[in-house]
Amino acid sequence: MPRVVVDVMPKSEILDPQGKAVLGALPRLGFSGVTDVRQGKRFELELAGELTDETLEQVRRMAETLLSNPVIEDFVVHVPGAEPAQVSGP
Amino acid sequence: MKVGVVTFPGSLDDVDAQRAVRMGSNEAVALWHGEHDLKGVDAVILPGGFSYGDYLRCGAISRFSPVMTEVIEAARKGMPVLGICNGFQILCESHLLPGALIRNDHRKFVCRDQRLRIENTRTPWTSAYDDGVEVTIVLKNGEGGFVADDETLDRLEGEGQVLARYLDVNPNGSLRDIAGITNARGNVVGLMPHPEHAVEDLTGAGTDGLGFFTSLAVAALA
Repeated sequence: MPRVVVDVMPKSEILDPQGKAVLGALPRLGFSGVTDVRQGKRFELELAGELTDETLEQVRRMAETLLSNPVIEDFVVHVPGAEPAQVSGP
Repeated sequence: MKVGVVTFPGSLDDVDAQRAVRMGSNEAVALWHGEHDLKGVDAVILPGGFSYGDYLRCGAISRFSPVMTEVIEAARKGMPVLGICNGFQILCESHLLPGALIRNDHRKFVCRDQRLRIENTRTPWTSAYDDGVEVTIVLKNGEGGFVADDETLDRLEGEGQVLARYLDVNPNGSLRDIAGITNARGNVVGLMPHPEHAVEDLTGAGTDGLGFFTSLAVAALA
């Protein structure tokens, strides 16, 4: 059963308050040297049947329709083990 | 007018909104997220709350609920639609309004009596207000930061689509102090503060929110 991964990240120009909170917490825990943190989401989709260009295109449509909000987020679709990433977001 | 108020799983302010509708001399009709039925209403309110638990993104799941198919179609035909707080988030996720709402820049939930300026009184939801009037309406949100790209913000300001702006303090990091917007046609309005909580002296900071609910009656008579 093929697994496809969709990584969703806030666009670089969009403020990421959660990432900022993590960035603020790290030095308090004694971890130094981190200059920025961005927090995103990872979706692991288990697909039925063979992995084809068509199913990957369908995952890309899922990503832009539901999994991400293109106004504030970018996404990348990739297949674990397959290098380089087979399909990328816009 | 018959005003539908949608209840989603996780809606909090649907009953308050229905009550405010009645206080505005309109008839409130309860609508259910799971039905493809607007029950013949003349306008729709998407109330505040945490629909579908805010899972994925605020409003992202609600936007695909059966009733929203009907709301989106009716809005495109010109039906007045008001989204309050979570309702505003749903309207942005539906692409009926531009931009998006993200977590407050200071990362804390905010609950305060918020000063606002009403900047567009040409919509069916704001016609009862005087242009540029300053009001106090309750604000309560965790993800109320309005964002859009500069081009969109310029267009919203240039076309008079900024409906309301925060005064005194910017409570959530919204770009250009935007508290509410309308679409180009003016029938769809999204607002982060809660006018339905500002309709009675007994329970809030005055009655400045009542205009959002009396405007429809004014529009119906016009």
